[in-house]
Amino acid sequence: MYDRQPLINKAATALDKKAPIGPDIDLGQFEQTPVPHEHLDDAGLLKLPEEEKQQLLMAGVDVSERERGGTFFQKDTEVVHCKSKQEGIEVIPIREALEKHDWIKDYYWKLASVDADKYTAASEMNLHNGYVIRALPGAKSIYPIQACLYLDKQGLQQNVHNIIIAEEDSELHIITGCSTSPHATKGIHVGISEFYIKKNAKLSFTMIHNWAEDMVVRPRSVAQVEEGGLFLNNYVCMKPVRSLQMYPTTHLVGENAVARMYSIIVGSPDSEYDVGGRVYLKKKGNRAEVVARTITNGGRIISRGHLIGEVADIKAHLECKGLILKGGLVYAVPELEGHVDGVEMSHEAAVGKIAQEEINYLMSRGLSEDEATSTIVRGFLSVDIPGLPPQLKAEIDKAIELSEKDVM
Amino acid sequence: MLLIEDLQVELAGKTILKHIDLEIKPGETHALFGPNGSGKTSLLMTIMGYPQYKVTGGKIIFKGVDITHSPINERASLGIGMSYQRPPTIHGLKTRQMVEICAAKREVSVEGLARRVNFQDFLERDVNAGFSGGEIKRSELLQLMAQNPDFMLFDEPESGVDMENIALVGNTIAKLLQKDCESTDQKSRLQMKRERTKMGLIITHTGYILDYVAVDKGQVLYNGVLSCSTNPREILRCIGEVGYEECVRCTIDNL
Ligand SMILES: Nc1ncnc2c1ncn2[C@@H]1O[C@H](COP(=O)(O)OP(=O)(O)OP(=O)(O)O)[C@@H](O)[C@H]1O
Ligand SMILES: [Mg+2]
Repeated sequence: MYDRQPLINKAATALDKKAPIGPDIDLGQFEQTPVPHEHLDDAGLLKLPEEEKQQLLMAGVDVSERERGGTFFQKDTEVVHCKSKQEGIEVIPIREALEKHDWIKDYYWKLASVDADKYTAASEMNLHNGYVIRALPGAKSIYPIQACLYLDKQGLQQNVHNIIIAEEDSELHIITGCSTSPHATKGIHVGISEFYIKKNAKLSFTMIHNWAEDMVVRPRSVAQVEEGGLFLNNYVCMKPVRSLQMYPTTHLVGENAVARMYSIIVGSPDSEYDVGGRVYLKKKGNRAEVVARTITNGGRIISRGHLIGEVADIKAHLECKGLILKGGLVYAVPELEGHVDGVEMSHEAAVGKIAQEEINYLMSRGLSEDEATSTIVRGFLSVDIPGLPPQLKAEIDKAIELSEKDVM
Repeated sequence: MLLIEDLQVELAGKTILKHIDLEIKPGETHALFGPNGSGKTSLLMTIMGYPQYKVTGGKIIFKGVDITHSPINERASLGIGMSYQRPPTIHGLKTRQMVEICAAKREVSVEGLARRVNFQDFLERDVNAGFSGGEIKRSELLQLMAQNPDFMLFDEPESGVDMENIALVGNTIAKLLQKDCESTDQKSRLQMKRERTKMGLIITHTGYILDYVAVDKGQVLYNGVLSCSTNPREILRCIGEVGYEECVRCTIDNL
């Protein structure tokens, strides 16, 4: 049993600490008491109401578990389903890991700090659950593990903490969806994630968010990639949300470690997204790429990117492209920080509208103006992600397709 | 049939086409000559329906429909198609998808069509992204093959094409315009000519295309004014010998 008391004490000092960026949220308005839910076996998963299945599907979580290596499903505060179907890959609720596994102490709050802000503090003070997904040395994911954090109770504050470990020479693919039930419109999701990519391991983490109009979302993630490791982090959010703020950080701590982050965000009216990616390149041969594609239909999108090159012989590129379709704001904030000679860093940022010339070209091939516009938008959002398994690419394409009606 | 009557067009507040009269009958292909900046591309873009080319007088009738103010896609569905001089790049849209868009509901083999213009290796690339001058021409022809319009506008289809590909481009255009007169056992050349319905308007500076496509008439556009002569080869020779200005004068005198 891991003694969390020192962490809780530290958290207590940061309960009122505002985050450096993003609107400040009064956490007092949300309920934190645990909400009991029945455990679901495989048959139970399949018997979920159609509506709920659909919500999950939109976030990339398929209850039939076809082409999935395992499932973690947390509803409100309760883990209702948790299993791995593949040897060498473990999926464990974090509370269980804290109770039973001594090794968890090497990972829990080792990258993220508990007193970073009021959200990290709150998650530790009142931890509900979360997952630990771990690929043992040399294990290779055949199908991705799916993880879902689901909000069902109106007005809930969901506190989760996730730890993902890809041991040496392993290959792990995860698709994680966050979603709300059709009747829950208001709540807050606070999610801590710590990623450990060890020597020569490869982790792909694809997160699809499917929130509701009045949801507040405060993920806090930090990753560490060792020698020769690869971290591929994809993020898709096509749905409205009251306020979403995250700035995941990756530390490349071993030679030739690589990080690539791709985000696709479509901003709806009355929604505010403050999203970015930060990568520290600390060893020679490090490579990083941070790519964002944002479209706003009246929402406010702040798209950040920050690359820090600390040694020579590193290469990093930042790309923020934004389209404004029906009003709203796209604010691209690219930052490059080279600390020594011999870094190679670049950025490309562009905010604009769809070129009429492209619409006309497609219309002369027979498309209507609306069809032409949506074809261009789809093209804009379709980024090639090298190294991503085809099923996950298909999930991203599906998420884009499903919400296309809302975009247009 | 395409019929243009007394067409006047403004671009960015400037009159660029004046009193254009043009008739292209079913089965006919015309070549359009003229110096740089004379308004050739503008005429094609106006026929296609680009709204920045503002029609301030006259009309365009296609297949009996007045399309002077119709949107581009309506003209496309009536059967007008264009091979562009400088088409835009559409990021994230694969050439394969573009060809499928052109084919609309028709069943086509994208691979099969691509093979005909030696373009199989480009299908997975974003349309026009980094295409060389010659590659753009082949990509445009591929799209037209899938679209199969009745009236085709070609904006300098052979410029920038290398000596080896010129035959490929020329023969492809001939086929699109039903000008490839391979008589079969069943049909005589005359019969094929009678049954020909496709119409074309081809902008060319060099006239190389005339070696591959039997062009019925030549037109010269000079300072936004169109003058017409029956024989495109004669025009070409005339331009070569005395230049555009003299050439236009002589055709006007002939009228
Ligand atoms: N956006 C614009 N604003 C102002 N003038 C323009 C614009 N676009 C084109 N023009 C002018 O209109 C005239 C006609 O251009 P057009 O492209 O039709 O010529 P062209 O005959 O096709 O020439 P080329 O043989 O060089 O292709 C030119 O003088 C050109 O500079
Ligand atoms: Mg031109």
